Amino acid sequence: MNVVVGLVACVGFLVLAAWVFRFAGRLSGRTYFRDMELTTAFGWMLSVFVAFWGVYLYIFVESAVFFRWAVQGFVVFAIAAWLFRLLGRNLGPGGTRRLFRQMPLTASFGILIILLYAILAIFAGVLAPHGQEEIFAKVNVLPGGDPAIGGDPAHPLGTDQIGRDLLSRLIYGAQNTVGIAFATTLIAFLLGGTLGFLAATLGGWLDQLLSRMVDVLMAIPSLIFALLLMTIASAWAGSQPHLLTIYMILIIAVIDSTRVFRLARAVGGNIVVMDYIEAAKLRGEGMGYLIFKEILPNATAPLLAEFGLRFCFVFLTIASLSFLGVGIQPPLADWGTMVRDLSQFINFAAFSPLTAALPLMAAGAIALLTVAVNFVVDWMLHRSSGLKE
Amino acid sequence: MGALSRIVLHRLFLGLLTLFVVSIVIFTAVNMLPGDFAQAILGQGATPEAVTAIRRDLGLDQPPVTRYFQWLADVLHGDLGTSFAQANFVSFTGSDAEKASVLAQIGPRFANTMFLAGVTAAIAVPVSLTLGILAALYRNSAFDKVANVFTLSSISSPEFFLAYILILFLAVLNPLLPSLSNIYDGMGLGERLEKTLLPALTLTLVVTAHMMRMTRAAIINLLASPYIEMARLKGMSPMRVIVRHALPNALAPIINVIALNLAYLITGVVVVEVVFVYPGIGQLFVDSVKIRDIPVVQACCLIFAGAYILLNLLADILSILSNPRLRHPK
Repeated sequence: MNVVVGLVACVGFLVLAAWVFRFAGRLSGRTYFRDMELTTAFGWMLSVFVAFWGVYLYIFVESAVFFRWAVQGFVVFAIAAWLFRLLGRNLGPGGTRRLFRQMPLTASFGILIILLYAILAIFAGVLAPHGQEEIFAKVNVLPGGDPAIGGDPAHPLGTDQIGRDLLSRLIYGAQNTVGIAFATTLIAFLLGGTLGFLAATLGGWLDQLLSRMVDVLMAIPSLIFALLLMTIASAWAGSQPHLLTIYMILIIAVIDSTRVFRLARAVGGNIVVMDYIEAAKLRGEGMGYLIFKEILPNATAPLLAEFGLRFCFVFLTIASLSFLGVGIQPPLADWGTMVRDLSQFINFAAFSPLTAALPLMAAGAIALLTVAVNFVVDWMLHRSSGLKE
Repeated sequence: MGALSRIVLHRLFLGLLTLFVVSIVIFTAVNMLPGDFAQAILGQGATPEAVTAIRRDLGLDQPPVTRYFQWLADVLHGDLGTSFAQANFVSFTGSDAEKASVLAQIGPRFANTMFLAGVTAAIAVPVSLTLGILAALYRNSAFDKVANVFTLSSISSPEFFLAYILILFLAVLNPLLPSLSNIYDGMGLGERLEKTLLPALTLTLVVTAHMMRMTRAAIINLLASPYIEMARLKGMSPMRVIVRHALPNALAPIINVIALNLAYLITGVVVVEVVFVYPGIGQLFVDSVKIRDIPVVQACCLIFAGAYILLNLLADILSILSNPRLRHPK
C-alpha cells in the first residue's frame, strides 16, 4: 500500500513541478512556453526526475550494482554501435557505405550484435576455455575468480552443480541454441515457402487442402501444440536425447511453417497474376523455373523480413521449451536450460551480485539476440516501405 | 439486421467447426503414442491377459473413430478421463478415487489461471490504452521513441527473462512482493492479490507492449483522415481531437487488439506459472507433459485451444458488431 501512496505522491509532485516549470517559462515571454501543454511539461519534469534519480543511484547508492551494470552495458553497446556505424560509413564498397549512412543507431546495434553472435556460434570451440560436457572436480565454484570467496581463476564464471565450466557452457549455448533455432527456421521456410508458392501457382484443390490444413494447425496456440507433440516425441525417442532434439526441430519447423505458408501464399498470389509470369507460362517454363526464377526473386524483401521475425519466434519457442525442460536435452549446453538450472541463484543477489547475474546472463543472451534481430527487421521494413522521416 | 446476424452466425459456425477439427487433431496426436493406455497404466510387468482385460474395459479394442466419438461425448458431459499419475497415487494410498479424475485436478487450477488472467487484464488494458494514446498523440517525440524501444525490447524478451528481472528487483533486492505464488483455497482476497501480483506484472509487461503498439498504430492510422484535420483546423486541442474524434472510431481495432492479446495471454501463462510456481493450469500442463500423463495433457490442450479459438472468435464478432456500416446496412 505504501508503494501506491508513494507513487501517487510522486506523480502529484511532478504535476505541480510541471506547472511551476511552465509558469516560470512563461515569465520569459517565449511563445514555446506559452503554447506548451501541461502534459509536455510533465514529460520534461519526468525525464529530469528520472535522470536525477539515475545519477543518484549510480553514484551514491552502494547496493545498486545491477543498475550500474545495466547502465555500463547500455553505454558500452551504444558506443560500440556508433563506432561500428562510423566504420561502416568510411570503409568498404560504396553500396554498404550508403547503407550505413542512412542507418539509425538501433539498426547498427542490431547488426553488430548479430555479427557477434555469429562469430561466437561458429568459433565456440576455439573461444570456449573448456568443453561443454567436460566435468571438473570442483563443483559450485562461485563466479568472479577470487579464491578467497570460493572462486577459481580457471573458471571466471564458476562451475555448476556437477562441475561444468559455466563460461564455456554459455559460449557453447550460442552454438547450440542459435544454431538449432537457425536450422529450424530454415526448415520451416523451405517447407512453408515451397508449399505456399505451390499453392499460389497451382491454386485449385491443392490450395484449398493446404490452406484449410494450415487454418486448423494455426487454431491451436503454437507453444501448447508444441508441448503436446513433444510429449509424444519424448515417448518415441525413449532415452536418446539427441533423437528428441531432432524431433523438436521438426515439430517446431512444421508448426512455424504454417505462418510462412500464409505469407508465401499471399505474396505469391500477388505475383502470379503479373504479366511476366503469364509470359513465362506461355514460353512453356516448368513449375520449378516459375517458382525459383520468377516468383522467389520478387518475393525476397517480405520473405527476408519474415525470416528475421520467424527466427525470433522459433528462438523464443525453443528457449521456452528448454526452460520448461522439454526442449534441447542435456548434455548439450543451452541457454533456456541454463536459466532453469541456475534460477535459484537469483536469491543470493544481496550477497553476491555476480552469482545472481548468472541466470540473467543466459536469459539476457536470448533477449539480446531477439531484440537485435527485431531492430534490424524494423529498419528493413521501414526502408522497404519507402517511409522517410 | 438479417445480414449482420447471418455473418455472426456464420462466424460462430466456423468457430465450432474449428474446435471440432482441433479436437480431432489432438485425439489423433495422442493416438500416435507408442503403446496405449492399458500398457501405460499397468507398466512394464504387465501380462498380456491383464492388458487385454483393461483394453476391453476401457473400450480400447474399438476402432479409432468409435473411440473418438466416445471421447468427445465424454468431454461434452464434463468427463475428461482419469489422470495416470493420480490413479497410481490413489491405488497406492487407497484414498478417494474421485480425486483421480482429470476434472477434479483441472477445476480449481482453471479458476486460479482465470484469476491471474483477470488481474493481468485489469492492469494491462487501461495502462496500455493510455500509453498507446499518448504515444500516438506525441508521435515521433522523445517519449514515443523511448516507448518504441522499450516495447520492442519487452516483446522480444522471453517471458522468463522479464519474470526473473522483476523477481530480482521487486522480491530479492527490495522485498516488496513474494517471489513464489503459493495460492491455496480459503485465502483472503488481499493476500491472494499480493501473491498474484508479480506473475500478473510479468504478463502485463509482455501484453502491454503488444497492445500499446497496436493501439498507437490504430490511432495514427485514423489521424490521417479528413475529419481529424477538420477538427484540428477548428482549433480543438490535440487531446480532445483524439479522445472525442479518433478514439470512438478506433474502438473496433482496439477491441480486436484486446481480445487478441487475451488470447496471447493463454500461451504466456504457461511459462510464467512455471517461474512463479503458480498453481494454475499451465503448470499442471507442463508437469503432465514431463511425466507423460496423457489424459491431463489432452484435456489441458483442449482447454487452451478452446479458449484461444473462443477469444479469436470473440475478437472477430466484436469487430463486426462495432462496425456501423455492417450494423446499419443500407
